[in-house]
Amino acid sequence: MNKILLIIQREYLSRVKNKSFIILTFLVPFLLIGVYALILFLSINSFESNQATVHVVDGSGVFADKLEDSKQVTYLITDRPLDEEKAAIANAEGKKQYLLVIPAELSQKNTVELLSSEKAGLNIQNSIERQLEQILRNHQLEESGIDLATLENIKPQVSIAAKELTAEGEKDSSAGAAMAISMAMAILIYITLFIYGAQVMRGIIEEKHNRIVEVIISSVKPFQLMMGKIIGIGLVGLTQFLLWILLSGGLMAIAGNLFMSAQGVDTETLTESVKGASQYQEGVGGDIMGALDTVNLGWIAFYFLVYFLGGYLLYSALFAAVGSAVDNETETQQFMFPITIPLLFAYMLSFGVLINDPHGPLAFWLSMIPLTSPVAMLVRIPYGVPDWQILLSIVLLIAGFVLTTWVAARIYRVGILMYGKKASYKELVKWFRYKG
Amino acid sequence: MLEIKNIVKQFANHRALDDVSMHIEKGSIFGLLGPNGAGKTSLIRIINQITAPDQGEVLFAGERLHPNHIERIGYLPEERGLYKKMEIGQQMLYLAQLKGLSKPEATKRIKQWFEKMDMQTWWNKKVEDLSKGMQQKVQFVATVVHEPELIILDEPFSGFDPVNVNIIKEEILNLNKKGATIIFSTHRMESVEELCDSIVLINKSRKILEGKVRDIKNNYKSNTFEVTFSNPRHAGIAQVPGLFENLGTKQTEDHTQLTLRLESGRSINEVLSHLIPLVEIHELHEVIPSIHDIFIQQVTSNQAN
Repeated sequence: MNKILLIIQREYLSRVKNKSFIILTFLVPFLLIGVYALILFLSINSFESNQATVHVVDGSGVFADKLEDSKQVTYLITDRPLDEEKAAIANAEGKKQYLLVIPAELSQKNTVELLSSEKAGLNIQNSIERQLEQILRNHQLEESGIDLATLENIKPQVSIAAKELTAEGEKDSSAGAAMAISMAMAILIYITLFIYGAQVMRGIIEEKHNRIVEVIISSVKPFQLMMGKIIGIGLVGLTQFLLWILLSGGLMAIAGNLFMSAQGVDTETLTESVKGASQYQEGVGGDIMGALDTVNLGWIAFYFLVYFLGGYLLYSALFAAVGSAVDNETETQQFMFPITIPLLFAYMLSFGVLINDPHGPLAFWLSMIPLTSPVAMLVRIPYGVPDWQILLSIVLLIAGFVLTTWVAARIYRVGILMYGKKASYKELVKWFRYKG
Repeated sequence: MLEIKNIVKQFANHRALDDVSMHIEKGSIFGLLGPNGAGKTSLIRIINQITAPDQGEVLFAGERLHPNHIERIGYLPEERGLYKKMEIGQQMLYLAQLKGLSKPEATKRIKQWFEKMDMQTWWNKKVEDLSKGMQQKVQFVATVVHEPELIILDEPFSGFDPVNVNIIKEEILNLNKKGATIIFSTHRMESVEELCDSIVLINKSRKILEGKVRDIKNNYKSNTFEVTFSNPRHAGIAQVPGLFENLGTKQTEDHTQLTLRLESGRSINEVLSHLIPLVEIHELHEVIPSIHDIFIQQVTSNQAN
C-alpha cells in the first residue's frame, strides 16, 4: 500500500510540477477573465465613443419638443436652413454628427433621412427609429381622439410559468436552463475523459519505451504501478478543476472590482449600459440566471465529480491496456477506435436525442450502460432523474470500472514486457488468459 | 540462497523454460549463461516475481518466493531505462523507496554512492542530459542502493566503456565480499568467466551444464599442453609414440611451439624429461578450455542431437 502511494505521489508531482500544467492551470482562468473583461470594456467604451449628436430639422413640428436625449444620442433642434446644416455635417470630421431630416407631411409609412459624414451605426439608427415611431404613434393616437393616459393603463401581460408536477408538489422547471447545463456537462466530461485517459496511456507508453517498466515492476506489482498511475493522474485532473474554479472565481471578483473603480462607473450604470448593448441578450441571460436557481447546482457539481471519477477510472483502465499493448503512440490507432466509439456515440446523441427526450428509453439505457453513462446520465440529471436510476447507474458504473480494471490489469502485466511484437486483438485475448 | 526447482514456463507458442533446476549458494558469484533466447530472462523474471512459473517453485533463503523478498533483491535488467525528464536524485530516491528504504535512509545511501562513483554533481541533472555510460552508472547504483542480499545483473557490461567496466566490476566484487550473492546473466562468457564461482548453461529452454567453473574446466581439459622451445638438437623430437601425441607445431622466427596431448597414464614431467636434453624450453602451459569454448562445444553438440 505504501508503494502505491509512492507511485501516486510521483505521477502526481511530476505532472503538477510540469511547466505545461502550471501554464495551463493559470492561463485558462486568465483567458476567461480576459475575455470577460474585454467584453465589458468594449461594451462600455463603444458607447462613449458612439456618443452622437443629431441635428434635427423638423419639417412637421411634431417631434421637436418630444425627442429625449439618451446615452447614445443627443438631439439638437435647429432652425438653420437645410443647406447650411448639410455643409456643417459634411465638414464635421471624426465627430459623430448626424443630420435628421423629418419631412413636413407625415402618414402611416414615413421615410426620414439621416445624413452623416460617415456611415451611421445600426444602433443609432435603431435608437432614433424607435423614438420616432413612439412619438409618432402617440401623436397619431391623440389625433384620433384616444386618451394617452387611458392607454398607459391598459397593458395586459401574460407570461408562462413552467412547473414540474412531482410527488413533492409543484416545482419550477426550466427547459432552457436544463439544456444549457446538460450541454455544458456533456462537453466537459467528454473532453476531460479523453484528456486524462490519454495521459494515462501516454505515461504507460513512455515507461515501456524507456524500458524503466521492468525496473519498477521488479519492485512493485504491475497492478500497483497501473493503479498508481491512474489514481495519480486522476488527482491531477481534480486539482486542475479545483484550481480553475478557485482562480476563475477569485480573479473574477478582483478583476470586477478593479475594473469598475478604474472606469469610475458604479455597478448600476455598468449593467445598464451592458443591458443597452443588446436588450435581447439581456432578456435571455436573465432568464437563464433566474432558471439556474430552479436546478440544484451543488448536486449537479457533485454528480459531475462522481461521474467524472467513475468514467475516468473505467476509461483510463482501457487506455492503460492499450498503452501497454503498443510500442509507440502511432500504433494506438487500431485499439483507440473501439474505446472512443461508445463515448462518441453518447456524446453525439446527447445533443440530438437525449436533450429532447431525457426520459425516453434510449436515454434510460444509455445512462445505465457504464460505457456511456458518464455522458448520458450527466445530460439527464439537470432535467431531474429518479434517485433509484441514479443509484443504479452509479452502481453499474462502479461494477463497470472494476471489470475494466481487472481486464486491463491482466493485459497490462503481459503487455508492458512485450517488445517489438505487433499486438492484435487475438494476442490481447491470449495475454489476458496467461497465468500468474 | 536460491533454490530453483523444476521450473516450467510455457508461452503460447513456445516453452521458455523446461524443467530447469539449479542451486545458487549464498555469497557466491553465479553465472547464468546461454545464447540469446535460451530462457535466461524468463528465469530472472520468475526470480524477481515479475512473472510466475507454470510449474515448479523457487526457494529464497529456504522460503517459497514471497512479495517481501523483492526488497532483498536488486535487479539490473538487460534493457535499461530511467525516466528521461526526472532529475537523477529524485529518480534514485523514488526507486530506492520502492525497494522499501525510508526517505532519509535512501538519501544518505544515495549520497554515499554518488560520492564513491564520482557522481556528486549529477543530483539535479535530468537523465536526458547524461551520456549513455553515465546513465548506466546511475542505473547500477539504483540496483544496489538498498543493499540487496541477491543482486541479479542481466548483461551488466553491455554499453559500458572499458574504464567503467572495471569500476563496476570492482564494485560488484566489493558487494560480494560484503556478503551479497550475485547472479550474472550473459551470453558473453569471457566477460564473466574470471568472476564466476559456478555457472549454469542454458540452451533452448533446458539446462545443459552446471557446476563450479574450476570443476567444469577440469572436466573438459584433455591433457593438452603447449610447449615453446628453441634450438632443437635433432629432428624427430616431436613424435614419441606411447608418451604423447603431436597435435601440431608452429614455427616462429626463433621459437617452435608444440601442442601435444599426453597418452593416458603419462605425466607432463615425463614429457619434460624427454625434452630437456634435446631443446631449450621457454614456456610450458596446460591448455584449459575457456567456458566460451565449452559453451560453443555444448551448444553445437546440443543442436546436433
